[in-house]
Amino acid sequence: MMRLPYFRYRAPRTVSEAAKILAAEGPEAMLLAGGTDLLPNMKRRQQVPGTLVGLRSIDALRSIANGSGLRIGAGLTLSQLAADARVREQYTGLFQAAIQVATPHLRNMATLGGNICLDTRCNYYDQNYEWRKAIDFCMKKDGDICWVATGSKRCLAVSSTDTAPALMSLGARVRLVSDGGDRLVSLGDLYRNDGIDYITRRPDEIVTEVVLDPPGGWKSTYWKLRRRGSFDFPVLAAAVAVKFAKGGVVEDARIVLGAVASCPVDCPDAAQGLAGKKLTDAVIEEAATVASKKAKPVDNTDFTLSWRKRVARAFVTYALCEVRGDDMREQRIKVARHSLDAAV
Amino acid sequence: MSADSRKFSVIGVPRRRVDGRAKVTGQTRFADDVVLPRMLYCKLLRSPHPHARIKNIDTSRARAHEGVHLVLTGADLPIEFGILPVSQDEQPLCSDVVRYVGDPVAAVIAKDELTAFDALHLIDVQYEVLRTYSEPQESLDHPEPRIQDYGEEGNIHKRVSFSFGDAEAGFDEADEIFEDMFFYEGNTHLAIEQHASVAAVDPDGKLTLWSSTQTPHYVHRALAQVLEIPAAHIRVIACPNGGGFGGKSDIFNHEMVVARAALVLDRPVKICLTREEVFYAHRGRHPVLMRFKTGTKKDGTITGMKLDTLVDGGAYGSYGVASVLYTGALQTVTYHIPRYQFQGCRVFTNKPPCGPKRGHGTPQPRFGQEIQLDRIAERLAIDPAELRLKIVEKPNSLTANYLRIGTIGLGKCIQSVVKHSGWKDKYRKLPQGKGVGLACGSYLTGAGLAIYWNKMPHSGVQLRLDRSGEVTVFCGAIEIGQGSDDVLVGVVAEVLGIDPHDVRCVTGDTALTPVDLGSYSSRVTLMMGNAAIQAAERAKDLVGSAVAAELDVSQSNLVFAGRRVFDGRDPKKGMDWRNAVCLAEARHGTLGTVGSYTPPKSAARFGGGGVGPSPAYSYTAAVVEVEVDSVTGWIGVPRVWIAHDIGRALNPVLVRGQVEGSVYMGLGEALMEEQAYRRLPAKHSNALVHKFPSILEYKSPTSHDMPEVITELIEDPDPAGPFGAKEVGQGPLLPIMPAVANAVYDAIGVRIDEVPITPDKIVKALDDKARGGPGRYGPNVFPDIDWPEPLQVPPPWEGGDGKAINKPERKRAAKLARGS
Amino acid sequence: MKKIEGKTKAHMTVTINDEAAEVSFAPYKTLLEVLREDMGLMGTKHGCELGECGACAVLLDGEPVLSCLILGVECDGRDITTVEGLQRDGRLHPLQEAFADLGGAQCGYCTPAILVTAKALLEKVANPSREQIREALSGVLCRCTGYQQIFESVEEAMVRMKSGSAQPEEAKR
Repeated sequence: MMRLPYFRYRAPRTVSEAAKILAAEGPEAMLLAGGTDLLPNMKRRQQVPGTLVGLRSIDALRSIANGSGLRIGAGLTLSQLAADARVREQYTGLFQAAIQVATPHLRNMATLGGNICLDTRCNYYDQNYEWRKAIDFCMKKDGDICWVATGSKRCLAVSSTDTAPALMSLGARVRLVSDGGDRLVSLGDLYRNDGIDYITRRPDEIVTEVVLDPPGGWKSTYWKLRRRGSFDFPVLAAAVAVKFAKGGVVEDARIVLGAVASCPVDCPDAAQGLAGKKLTDAVIEEAATVASKKAKPVDNTDFTLSWRKRVARAFVTYALCEVRGDDMREQRIKVARHSLDAAV
Repeated sequence: MSADSRKFSVIGVPRRRVDGRAKVTGQTRFADDVVLPRMLYCKLLRSPHPHARIKNIDTSRARAHEGVHLVLTGADLPIEFGILPVSQDEQPLCSDVVRYVGDPVAAVIAKDELTAFDALHLIDVQYEVLRTYSEPQESLDHPEPRIQDYGEEGNIHKRVSFSFGDAEAGFDEADEIFEDMFFYEGNTHLAIEQHASVAAVDPDGKLTLWSSTQTPHYVHRALAQVLEIPAAHIRVIACPNGGGFGGKSDIFNHEMVVARAALVLDRPVKICLTREEVFYAHRGRHPVLMRFKTGTKKDGTITGMKLDTLVDGGAYGSYGVASVLYTGALQTVTYHIPRYQFQGCRVFTNKPPCGPKRGHGTPQPRFGQEIQLDRIAERLAIDPAELRLKIVEKPNSLTANYLRIGTIGLGKCIQSVVKHSGWKDKYRKLPQGKGVGLACGSYLTGAGLAIYWNKMPHSGVQLRLDRSGEVTVFCGAIEIGQGSDDVLVGVVAEVLGIDPHDVRCVTGDTALTPVDLGSYSSRVTLMMGNAAIQAAERAKDLVGSAVAAELDVSQSNLVFAGRRVFDGRDPKKGMDWRNAVCLAEARHGTLGTVGSYTPPKSAARFGGGGVGPSPAYSYTAAVVEVEVDSVTGWIGVPRVWIAHDIGRALNPVLVRGQVEGSVYMGLGEALMEEQAYRRLPAKHSNALVHKFPSILEYKSPTSHDMPEVITELIEDPDPAGPFGAKEVGQGPLLPIMPAVANAVYDAIGVRIDEVPITPDKIVKALDDKARGGPGRYGPNVFPDIDWPEPLQVPPPWEGGDGKAINKPERKRAAKLARGS
Repeated sequence: MKKIEGKTKAHMTVTINDEAAEVSFAPYKTLLEVLREDMGLMGTKHGCELGECGACAVLLDGEPVLSCLILGVECDGRDITTVEGLQRDGRLHPLQEAFADLGGAQCGYCTPAILVTAKALLEKVANPSREQIREALSGVLCRCTGYQQIFESVEEAMVRMKSGSAQPEEAKR
């Protein structure tokens, strides 16, 4: 059986208490929310924090409330998030992203905050210590080289969060709290295209909540590519949100691709191209073509990179067709291997 | 036991399996559930190099680590072992050369697993890296350095070549010739239970090993050999396996290591492999490159077939000599092939050893053969189902390679799936993107020969009855989920006319149970079943003679049914089972009987003819429906229809479970599973690693990926089987992969001639077609192999007697002679 | 605030299968290890310990979760159900009966995880569709059955629970 290393454990009851611990312990301390990302990494000795700060005793992280839009506690599990009627109906893309994370069991454990902060993934990195030793390690942990592209100066590990692209397409912001204060940043600013330094959250900060604007006029969707109907991380995702004016004319739009870089990839050119137009087949095709050019997958996930790149256009097309109002249920079932409404 | 048609009360009745309750309450004790007082934990240090010489091992730091009780290295276990007598090439811990990333070099035994794990990293090993062979072509190209110092020349483990009639003459007679190449990627068993073993010294000083093994008898022999203690002082208990599929049918390093450690320390020692280590233990499906050449008449009649296979064996022998022979053994049992030539070559590479996985060596060539038949049907403009029906081999026949076939229900299987799938309305008639494919297969019901040469029975059963009325049945067979305990109990209960719940069974324990060779090669139902019938009939005789004397009726008129023994002509005249046993115990003394089974002598009397013969062959046909997206190549399987010729279903619930489980595993192989490796750029690293030894990235279909399966069982009792039963654990897997490939072609017009059949390959084939190519994805090159002179065995219809008529010079001897 | 330091054993009080229990364990252990190694509850299995197979599923406060990714120290005061807790009054749960009867368990290794997951499903939805059963069980891999007899077993249990005919025939026990 794989075993965790020894660690110190703290279970603060408030955010400020947690922030104080982080401030005192320094980068040796890591936050433990659902544990579904960190604990496997610890078992594989990718991350060996001296202290774990468990967040599950902080009730304040599990609230979900109407503000001007919706304020979602980062400690909510993905199951709780997906079960919320407001999320399902008004922020459909977020629901579709959350309900397609991993498996029902893992969604009962994994939190929204954890999925937003999900460590980047790579076939050369998400391996046991012994395996990584056999390849002489990589720059993300214990080594110097990026095996995905040996000439690369930066780590190419892949952003594998489902909720972040969906939230970015919805224009979400996240609140980060530290002992020194708090800040609200747009989700796009939370990420960097660097597999190691992929997140701008400082080690002493806690993601406490996600803030969403009112849904007024926006329709959103999320299309995920993975091999199987459950378990798998995305190897490509298309999150699309469109605000329609009267008569089906696009007033504003956002297109975000997931799992094709070390961060979610915003596609403003493609999205702006939709403005002022109706979503005709030709308009959709043009936008999908432009967006898919931003997909630059590398060979470190399931499936071949050339194929992942190639199908990006199809996935953006599916997403745009769905927000247009096409009946995409059959296509969805083919791609997802099941109806997203099956979870109870 | 003849295949009879009388009414049964247990056989054929859908029934709760005897171990059902244990399994649903979590009480089944798997190997890792064995916990003993003072138990220590073992972890293995494994090689980070694919091929290297061990220069030095320093274990002093690890031994000094707090909580560490013992560190073992190769020097502590110098004797080699291997499942086949001709391939004794494994050491419990490598002392000289490591041959793949994951080859064990040292063991730490400590107070707990975490301590053992931490101490592994305190062992200092110096290696001298050797040339790495990642692909068969490299192994063929470079004879030195050798991965193994035995086998044939260089890195060739085994070459075989047979001519059963003149295939070239068959091609001369043919109207059409078909030449095709296929590649079957390796994959692994992925039983959810990770291999575990616990060794302990008994109070009387003898060794006991509990292990997740499908072959306790072979482990027993190997332990005696490696530990140099008498087999009579070793007890191997095969715990029920949490899935086997062939993956636990070899003898493993860790079993030897914990046994030695327990003896040294006189304390129980446990090991449970991590998932990563299970991928290194492997023994899974061999990657096989195949070249088929088949000649046919215009009506589809096959005039000759030639098959070449190149088999990537990984770093050790394992079952490999048998595996390479299996890649050519069963081509002849489904369709009549009058002349058949087969050449096979297994090479060593620096990867975890391949071995037997469900279908052992036969799914790969079955994949090629059934796709080629689809091509033949198309070119000859014959419906693929009609073509197969036309050429199905006849029952009670002897094939070109001397396999004796009894019953053959393949025709009925084909008709069944054609009917239920609506084949005639679908094949070539569904809209673009939807398609159906048909394929068939056959598998042996037990290998005709044991792993090692001996004249003893393949399966033994012992029965104990006493005045309580209890019947206990003992057999060395192993419950791996397939339901062998249920077969054993069901057969005994049927013969004695009692309820299965009245029978206690003890299995898989070399100290208590008669030898059964193991749960592999689909042999248990037939061999153990027949032995159990014999033991039960003998018990019935004992009880019957006592009852007949007491009631003063003729023994031949006695009926055993409903927990009673009575006069069939006057059912009131009789007694309950318990009283009957009491009478028998009084009359005969303490009651016990035995039964045993030895397969019939094979008709194949040529070297290498030991692989393929079986008491009976099962047959399967399947139709798979697919949906393929013409833009993305995304592929879905909504439905599978399958019909299996089982002979007789002893417990239909379990039989259907085996069929559906085979479909599942077949779809995994067809669509997503691969034991793939990664070779890192040479200028930076010499690494050759398993691409991703995890259960997340080795893609096993989930509940969402499994289609609806419509199963039909074809029951035509085979005289060789217990109550007519044939195998079901492996055969139904065989048609699935080629049926998927054929369905993809029907759906979208491209041929994917390798597994797994993935969307990216479909897209590449579509691109190829768009460019005016054949619309195919698959291998195009078969390496030149210096084949040995074929062994000439004239088929029965050419006056052959099963013997070879020539004596080819052995390749190795010739080469060595030239070298010296 | 709960604190764990060094290598001293951790201690917790839980409700396990409706009984209060106290247990001490090495502080790095996950719930899976505590159940199997410190509480003697071997019914919960493991196939990867990384959250990739589902074999270690248990119910935590009624929800199916993976015990291999939950720290023991985070389970204090919580309610845990394992396969050992499915029987009631010496009788098998209807799910157990149905799985045993209909081939829902072959090797039996993933069965405990599937059973507790199905139990949670049937407690939420009395009448789940095949699609809902597929989804609920999609977090546990089974290599033996191809899932079909598992689905059928859940559906049969559903029927038996409704009709109250959970008792098996005498011969089956």
